[in-house]
Amino acid sequence: MSATALLVNGLALGCLILSLFKDRGKTGDALKAAGRSLLRLGPAVGMVILLIGGVLGFLPEGTVSRIIGSGGGFGSTLVVALFGAVMYMPALVAFPLAGSLLAEGASVTAIAAFITTLTMVGAVTLPVEIKILGRKLAFLRNGVSFVVALIIALLMGRILS
Amino acid sequence: MTRSKSIRGWLLLAAFAGGFVLLSFLFPTQGERAADITWTYFLDMVQILPAVLVLMGLFGVWISKDAVVRHLGTGSGFRGMGLALLMGTLPTGPLYVAFPMADMLLRKGASVRNVVAFLSAWACIKIPQELVELRFLGPQFMALRLGLTVVFVALMGWSIEAAIHWMERRRAG
Repeated sequence: MSATALLVNGLALGCLILSLFKDRGKTGDALKAAGRSLLRLGPAVGMVILLIGGVLGFLPEGTVSRIIGSGGGFGSTLVVALFGAVMYMPALVAFPLAGSLLAEGASVTAIAAFITTLTMVGAVTLPVEIKILGRKLAFLRNGVSFVVALIIALLMGRILS
Repeated sequence: MTRSKSIRGWLLLAAFAGGFVLLSFLFPTQGERAADITWTYFLDMVQILPAVLVLMGLFGVWISKDAVVRHLGTGSGFRGMGLALLMGTLPTGPLYVAFPMADMLLRKGASVRNVVAFLSAWACIKIPQELVELRFLGPQFMALRLGLTVVFVALMGWSIEAAIHWMERRRAG
């Protein structure tokens, strides 16, 4: 088991025990909620794992690095960022996918852009956001988020590679 | 989330798996590699995902939405911004849960700056999720993205507030 897995499981176990001592009912509710999330996230997790295996196994070596590698330039980062903005994927599932692409030769900039727009910009949730917070705030927040995501990605590319 | 939607997800997964198996029959060598990689990632996920979901579940029951809104209130300055960022990182639900909370905060008189920071932090920084990022993308990537995000989310809150005030002044004047 990796160090991170040990840390997460230890943390979860510790919190669970603490919670059990404080309130059994609430702890039960928390576990039920976790079970529901697992059922809801299950298909997405399975599909992403198969996608990772498929991309890394079936595509000829070098495909990923050719498309979104460091040679791709700003254009490919922009495409990946747009993709992240439009797509609706839980971050929990996106991290392993991003990690596998990075290991396969994708640039840090492209991967950082993807994760950041995926989480910060929500094209799918935009209608709800407009309805509740108003057009002005919703458009400003998503628009500025997109630009900020690109800046973060470019900075990370500069620093980490 | 309805039951039929969840069933559709599982069916889609089955279709995906079917395609995967078919490809493996067509390209046996690559198929073996693909299966190996899939298995490795599956083991990784099994080791980490249940614990992350339990953590999120516990946060959900112990920290209510009301408590978050109450604590955020109308605090201003660095303290208010820090609190907004911190409250945003608590894993109490998906982004669409945060919209009504943001609305409530604005009605209560919280600044646009803090509400935008709260929403953005909510969207992209979740404490247990960061552990998954740590596992799959490494400490350097995770720490740098986290740091840059916090800085830029704060700047974003400030600039969006300035933009909205400017638009309102222009309309008034």
